[in-house]
Amino acid sequence: MKRDEAFRILARHLAGDIVVATYTSAFEWLVARPDDPLNYVAVGVMGLASSHGLGLALGRPTRRVVVLDGDGSLLMNLGTLATIAATAPPNLYHFVCENGSYEANGGHPIPGQGIIDFAGLATSAGYRASHRIGELHDLETKLPALLAQQGPVFVDLKVTAGVAPPKNYPHLHSAEARAAFRRAINP
Amino acid sequence: MADGQNTLSGSRILAAVKASGVSFVLSVPDITTSDGLLRPLANDKELRLIRVSKEDETIGISAGLWACNTKSLILIQNTGFLDSINAIRCIGVEYRLPICMMIGLLEKESGRPPSRSDKFGVKIVEPILDVLGIDHALIDNDDDVERITPAILNAYRDSRPVALLIGRSPQP
Repeated sequence: MKRDEAFRILARHLAGDIVVATYTSAFEWLVARPDDPLNYVAVGVMGLASSHGLGLALGRPTRRVVVLDGDGSLLMNLGTLATIAATAPPNLYHFVCENGSYEANGGHPIPGQGIIDFAGLATSAGYRASHRIGELHDLETKLPALLAQQGPVFVDLKVTAGVAPPKNYPHLHSAEARAAFRRAINP
Repeated sequence: MADGQNTLSGSRILAAVKASGVSFVLSVPDITTSDGLLRPLANDKELRLIRVSKEDETIGISAGLWACNTKSLILIQNTGFLDSINAIRCIGVEYRLPICMMIGLLEKESGRPPSRSDKFGVKIVEPILDVLGIDHALIDNDDDVERITPAILNAYRDSRPVALLIGRSPQP
């Protein structure tokens, strides 16, 4: 399934939820759910999206926090799976967009492309539930029950690149985006 | 030499951390602070310890907590600091977030400043912090502990990172 189409489905189900998006995924997410102050894009460095998400889940335990990770990003921070599983925030939902490549860095293949079982890694680390979804129809039908599960929940989205929006890096790194998010969750 | 310059109390450090309003401590174990600080902290009722797999995770977790108006302290070893510099560079320095780090200096020689250590991994810590523009203070004895609370409070007030360098193993 194309990532932008998957994100449009997610956006319909995540109204009012904090969403942490990173790099290439972030640009498509900002099209799927534009102008929403609950979009957290201040990940800063590749690999740390889920760590930001864990901090947000701990800081706002009554809100659902959804992380839209990349497969290359997750490989840079695999230890996060053990950290999140051990901390066990019930409100954290960790999605990885698996396209098998470092899309932000030239489209080179990730190590273990097509071999690594990301959902299996999450299960082994101790996530409460893990899922693999490769079809839009499955995503649409499974999402409500999946989001009703107690976290941490892991979802491996098997995706291909969607329609590439402009890469607005200055927005991702902007102080205004960070301030707007902070105002939204600290009224 | 006064007693306060010969000892370093872990319980005093913990009291100073609590006085700054910190509620989460994010850590990979550090041998310098293992017995005197991390073990008592793990049993503390007021501070929540989050054990992470690798030190740079703490920078992201701390940023997420900051967004929620929640204060955290990062407790790591100088080796982990060196491993986390890109995250500190971006999230702490360029984003100007209050990333508060307490860094144990592995095998720093007693009574010798870090900059004059024979241990290369210790000697380079302060120059790297200076290049990054991160304020730092050496916590080498009980007299130094009074620096901890204002350092953390100022970091959050001014939204900038700070490093507190633990120069010897605290006593529990």
